[in-house]
Amino acid sequence: MLALDFAFFTPELISGYIVKGFIFSLQLTLVAMVGGIILGTLLALMRLSGRPWLVMPAAAYVNTMRSIPLVMVILWFFLLIPLVIGKPLGAETSAIITFTLFEAAYYSEIMRAGIQSISRGQVAAGYALGMSYRQTMGLIVLPQAFRNMLPVLLTQTIILFQDTSLVYAIGAYDLLKGFEIAGKNFNRPVETYLVAAVLYFIISFSLSMLVRKLQQRIAIVR
Amino acid sequence: MSTWDWQVFCKETTSGEVASTCFGKGGDITYLDWLLSAWGWTLSVSVLALVVALVFGSLMGILRTTPHRGLVLLGNAWTELFRNIPLLVQIFLWYHVVPALFPILRGVPSFILVVMGLGLFTSARISEQVRAGIQSLAGGQRMAGLAMGFSLPQTYRHVLLPMAYRIIIPPLTSESMNIIKNSSVAFAVSISELTLFALQAQEETSRGIEVYLAVTGLYFISAFAINRAALFIENRVRVPGMIGGGGH
Amino acid sequence: MIEIKNISKWYGAFRVLTDCTTQVEKGEVIVVCGPSGSGKSTLIKCVNGLEAFQQGDIFVNGTSVGDPKTNLPKLRSHVGMVFQHFELFPHMTITENLSIAQVKVLGRSRDEANERGMKLLDRVGLKPHAHKHPGQLSGGQQQRVAIARALSMDPICMLFDEPTSALDPEMVNEVLDVMVQLAHEGMTMMVVTHEMGFARKVSDRVIFMDQGSIVEDATKEDFFGKPRSERAQQFLSKILSH
Repeated sequence: MLALDFAFFTPELISGYIVKGFIFSLQLTLVAMVGGIILGTLLALMRLSGRPWLVMPAAAYVNTMRSIPLVMVILWFFLLIPLVIGKPLGAETSAIITFTLFEAAYYSEIMRAGIQSISRGQVAAGYALGMSYRQTMGLIVLPQAFRNMLPVLLTQTIILFQDTSLVYAIGAYDLLKGFEIAGKNFNRPVETYLVAAVLYFIISFSLSMLVRKLQQRIAIVR
Repeated sequence: MSTWDWQVFCKETTSGEVASTCFGKGGDITYLDWLLSAWGWTLSVSVLALVVALVFGSLMGILRTTPHRGLVLLGNAWTELFRNIPLLVQIFLWYHVVPALFPILRGVPSFILVVMGLGLFTSARISEQVRAGIQSLAGGQRMAGLAMGFSLPQTYRHVLLPMAYRIIIPPLTSESMNIIKNSSVAFAVSISELTLFALQAQEETSRGIEVYLAVTGLYFISAFAINRAALFIENRVRVPGMIGGGGH
Repeated sequence: MIEIKNISKWYGAFRVLTDCTTQVEKGEVIVVCGPSGSGKSTLIKCVNGLEAFQQGDIFVNGTSVGDPKTNLPKLRSHVGMVFQHFELFPHMTITENLSIAQVKVLGRSRDEANERGMKLLDRVGLKPHAHKHPGQLSGGQQQRVAIARALSMDPICMLFDEPTSALDPEMVNEVLDVMVQLAHEGMTMMVVTHEMGFARKVSDRVIFMDQGSIVEDATKEDFFGKPRSERAQQFLSKILSH
């Protein structure tokens, strides 16, 4: 049995290795969440538009993204983006673009379910008041769909936060990478991986508790 | 990169020469050989992890529906633990931390460690589905089983589980397809599966697009095969007179 | 046969049964009625220990239900129960539904169990349906199978928990007919139901419950002739007014 020793975990180590990675992980999560929900909503509207030339590309995009391992998607984008823009791109920027586009597929499925859960009567009521499609969607349907789906969207965001660790594949400096480098430099990989696991657990677990609370509140309001 | 070069798969990995049959001979292997063996590793990791996940996930899911507080707590704690740590971190724990803390496990091949890591991670999701499946039967079936004089284990064995599993075949199917996708994290601990092949072959040959396309295609095919297999099972066990199964 | 002694039950702070006492003699048919939420279903489920109770005790053929040492599966195996929603096992054929507990609980051979099951299925008039699954039968047919399933265990008494209230009206009588026949054969029965016609026809006593208490426990003549409590009078006038 190996004796664990956490004494090397000093404020200097944390500010030197961990904070930088933590900030990037948070940044990646938040940008991919906001961007993913916006793009995902657009994709959902395309799929529900009833026009084949909008439905088909949106469906193809969502289904493709959902059937490829995220690690492979990360690698694909890291390979393809420089070819498209004609110059090399940092791993962090590439990760942000990848996660936004990848999560859009998952958020779009949630938004699609949310929009479908709103009764057709609501749409009819919007039109009956003389609203345009844009107004009916923007003022009547989407706010309700978003509200109903908020817990599911947040649960997806917790998964997203956990998945950000996969940027390991292209060597981006995220929270996990910070721990890994610290572990290597201090020759204490066992302790650093343990602390990393505990930290990820605390964040994900408390967020999922919050989502559960929110779910109960929404259930009561309804 | 303007033209395709699929011949890259026929090249031998050490000499770089194109093999006439596309398969290596005399000790050397081509990229095609490597690709196929990597596919084999991906499938092996996935299938074994699925077995681990089904065993532990079912057990924990069942515990969470029993009338015993302690068992429910155990099942809940298990599920939360394995659900709230990123898969890659769990794989690192199995690879770097578990053998260090438990010297007995030091000789265990990393393949087994990855199977355990991926399996237990997925067991948390399967435990959720098994629990939901059992609870969707409401209390009536449980009471009916007990009222016939079945013990609690008999009630699970003969009454609750046969229906619960039928109900959760669709989510179990997508979880099985997820396992194939998630097995890609094994690259991080040097299991020679598809993603590691993609990374290394891309580097060696500079034909990234061809390599990635082949790998992505094999992931597609694997997931599709699982989907078909699950549909086959679903049709085989369908209960006459029930649409979709479950409920009243 | 069944002795219910001062049973009380709480869900958390909410009291669902208050000091219920009654008994069912061998061969007696007791109907339990009352408004919804009065605790009648809970009470009948306490008899075979499907619901736990915190105070009092119940004895079935002398065996205590509340005693933690009692082998409840064994006790339940000779107390038949019929549920509101039938609760046939949907993944088994009718034949399997009738035989599974005989084999797994009573240890009968499969042949013996099948033979006994067939006999009872014939008795409830459903022999031609033996190979089907429950989902392929009507509600009334399913409930008759459920009665046959309970009888296949050779029970010493039968509990019925609202056996007809989930049925379409035209199917109620086929189930009641089976129950009437059973009563005439001398089966000890405790029946939670709103079917007052059934109560008049075959019951020996009627128990009226309200808010978790037994308000009235009388012979059917007394109950239908001159119910003592105001609540029972109101209930009867509501239920019999059509």
